[in-house]
Amino acid sequence: MDTLNNLALGFSVALSPEVFLFAVIGCVIGTLVGMLPGVGPLAGISLLLPATFGLSPTTAIVLLAGIYYGAMYGGSTTSILMRIPGEAASVMTCIDGYAMTQQGRAGPALAIAAIGSFIGGTVSIVALMLLAPPLASLALRFGPPEYFALLTLGLLMLAFLSGGTMAKTLAMAAFGLFLGTIGIDLMSGFLRFQYGIVALGDGIGLVPVAVGLFGVSEILMTMGQGSAPAVQKPRLRELIPTRLDIRQSVGPIGRGTVLGFLIGIVPGSAHIISSFLSYALERRLARQPERFGHGAIEGVAGPETANNAAACGAFVPMLALGVPSGPIPAVMLAALMVHGVAPGPLLMEQQPALFWGFVASMYVGNAVLLLLNLPLVGLFVSLLRIPYAYLYPAILVFCILGVYAVSESVVDVWIMIAMGGLGYVLRKLDFEVAPVVLGLVLSPMIETALRQSLAMSSGSYLILVNRPIAAAMLVLAATLLIVCLLPRGSWRRMLGIEG
Amino acid sequence: MAVAAIIAWETRVLPIGSLARPGPGYLPLALAAIMAGLGLAIAWRGGGPRVADLTWSEASHAIKLLGGCAGAALTIEWLGYRLTMFLLVLFFLGAIERRRPFAAVATALGLSLGSFWLFADLLRVALPRGPWGF
Repeated sequence: MDTLNNLALGFSVALSPEVFLFAVIGCVIGTLVGMLPGVGPLAGISLLLPATFGLSPTTAIVLLAGIYYGAMYGGSTTSILMRIPGEAASVMTCIDGYAMTQQGRAGPALAIAAIGSFIGGTVSIVALMLLAPPLASLALRFGPPEYFALLTLGLLMLAFLSGGTMAKTLAMAAFGLFLGTIGIDLMSGFLRFQYGIVALGDGIGLVPVAVGLFGVSEILMTMGQGSAPAVQKPRLRELIPTRLDIRQSVGPIGRGTVLGFLIGIVPGSAHIISSFLSYALERRLARQPERFGHGAIEGVAGPETANNAAACGAFVPMLALGVPSGPIPAVMLAALMVHGVAPGPLLMEQQPALFWGFVASMYVGNAVLLLLNLPLVGLFVSLLRIPYAYLYPAILVFCILGVYAVSESVVDVWIMIAMGGLGYVLRKLDFEVAPVVLGLVLSPMIETALRQSLAMSSGSYLILVNRPIAAAMLVLAATLLIVCLLPRGSWRRMLGIEG
Repeated sequence: MAVAAIIAWETRVLPIGSLARPGPGYLPLALAAIMAGLGLAIAWRGGGPRVADLTWSEASHAIKLLGGCAGAALTIEWLGYRLTMFLLVLFFLGAIERRRPFAAVATALGLSLGSFWLFADLLRVALPRGPWGF
């Protein structure tokens, strides 16, 4: 009953004219962000952060969340129509989505992607609503050792689930943790690695690092794309799926929802991993797996549902524990902190209007996206005809603008440029850059938790294994490490997800 | 490994503290050690493309692009946002992409003035103005 009352409060906030308007704006911007190559949801959210400074915390977080799940929707459009994934989670949709387009069935593919995304997102929000309060109560019992174990597990899980080799991913996470140590040490007052640059006293900001590693480096990687690719614009009546399409999509949408949500609450690049796993699962369960890759609608329905379910699931640890599960929730966490809101177990009690308003706005946002994306798909697609030579200068202008505006500091722009160059080289060398961002955000938390734990135990690391919750999480972390030491591919064979 | 060595060297000026009271240099030094170990593991096991095998066809474009951004960082507080962004977009479209002058100037004007209007005038984001009010 409490949940229903709280949800009613949330809807009264989410449907207020200002919040609703910004939810719609966020969804539209997010759709564009998801469609345009070179601007992923992470860079998009980071860039729009300064524009939220004049808004209330609720409106700001609703706008940014709208961009996030709008990008999930938008990414599917370019994947299906042009075989260009606007963002990484849409890679799997390219395979069968584009094959359907070549067969003249782009409309049903777009419709099923939108419907699946809507269902996955909406069901995930219900699960978030039910899961977040008990998780927050549990988190109130956490001390520094438990938080240290949780954060360590999060980083290892990210490394385990990332596409690259574990050593490379962990090295990137360690580099991100190091970046997080730059600036004043809050426990001793020492300035670390500052070299007389006053702006570094507060540490390296998340926005310049995220925009540099994701926005700028992506542009550098895609340089040389001069002409706009050919693109089909399906008519509205072509969007209606057949009965067979719907029947074939029901199972994948259901499984994608459960899989996506469960993966979403686990730390890592959840929405990306969930779409890969969902595709693998659907192909494994299919009676005719050979249809996959040649326009099987299940290959669109499953991954698209899973990535949206994961996008919503990723908010569970962020809101309930104050611990981001990936780089995008990390930026959202930073955004909340900029607005003076501390996410964590007490958020629901101290700011119920914000928490439940945000939850309700996700329902509203998903409905808006469904209503907006299908009729306006032709309009959105027209934007993709702009040649990349004109598109990337605009993206770079917004990158510089967004980064400068966060703290009105040119140093941040220099950091963005350096991170752009570094990200370009790292990606060429096959390193994942997402762990750098997560490491940067988790660094102050992990350092404080470790130092407090050691102070509590007079310097004994045994405190991390003497407490059951911390010990369980560290055992899981150690298991992940051991699994990764096995010969390459053997754990995938054990879990049955090879190929 | 080189990054780890640099971090370890730079940490020498920070107090490491003790196990019971770790100092500000404790975590950076521990991270340097972890990064060195991971660097060794990467070098030993490989698992990525060899630098010599990579093609860097877009690298010259990338350097010009970063150079343009660096120029903008140098001048943004001196020339102001609008003039800097106008020159930056003009550089991208005119010098790098070799677009027609009219299209380059029109795009540069539209982007610099449009983005300023949207963010500074409408959304009240603080953006620098140059000595001439731009």
